[in-house]
Amino acid sequence: MTTTEFTRTTVVGDRAREQTFGPISITDIVRYAGASGDFNPLHHDDAAARKAGFDGVFSIGMFQAALLGTFAAGWLGAANVRRFTTRFQEQVWPGDVLVCNGEVTAVRPGDGGSAVEVALTCARQGAGVAITGSAEFWLPA
Amino acid sequence: MTDNTAPAFEVRVEHGKIREFARAAMSTDPAYQGADPVIPPTFLTTAGFFWQTAESKAAAVHGLDPQRTLHAEQEYIFHGEPPRAGQVLTATARIADRFEKEGRRGGSLTFVKVVTEFRDADGTLVAEQRSTAVETAHAPKEGS
Repeated sequence: MTTTEFTRTTVVGDRAREQTFGPISITDIVRYAGASGDFNPLHHDDAAARKAGFDGVFSIGMFQAALLGTFAAGWLGAANVRRFTTRFQEQVWPGDVLVCNGEVTAVRPGDGGSAVEVALTCARQGAGVAITGSAEFWLPA
Repeated sequence: MTDNTAPAFEVRVEHGKIREFARAAMSTDPAYQGADPVIPPTFLTTAGFFWQTAESKAAAVHGLDPQRTLHAEQEYIFHGEPPRAGQVLTATARIADRFEKEGRRGGSLTFVKVVTEFRDADGTLVAEQRSTAVETAHAPKEGS
């Protein structure tokens, strides 16, 4: 009997199980505002958002980045994260359902484990992509 | 690489703050609970709001017009396992890059990257936050 039969190897093209968040409520946005400390009024004060030319309050970019972080860390391990990169593409609005996906793009075997690179997306269900991201994890052997 | 002239500020990584942040990030991951929780990937954003001193902020002001400025990119680098509750980090922030690009709809875009470095008690660089803002030619509402 070989042990390799029981070893789960991460390979390029592996996909995470899709994870959805929401519908995102204003309360969710405000909870993140408090946790992070970002109280820019555009994200909780409707009058301020309208005065600035928006249709109303919208989410904090770093909130959906945090959700994408929850998704990625849940997939490959919170303690294994070595890089986490997010590019903000589109605003997220109250009521949006966010759909997170990830795919392994590179695996580099190293001493005692592998460095695994992944491509990440956080999309607004039925609309555009809110965040494109990438990350690197160190997966111990 | 290290800018020794940047004013440093202390960041205490706290159990309760990790739990609060993880809950806000809709995570039930046990890695953020218990006696020895690790930080979520974007947790260090809290350092800028709760720990960074006015002196440090003044040294890393991007100088862009807030009415026309959007958050373009955010990156975290961890040199080893991410920090855990109980660690006391020392951070410095600096403007790392400033460049212009032609916008898709004309007009130039100004990008500014602010890098915050986090060191442990031994002075070892353990984490970096790279935050890129972009000043658009128009207000965000019109610009996109």
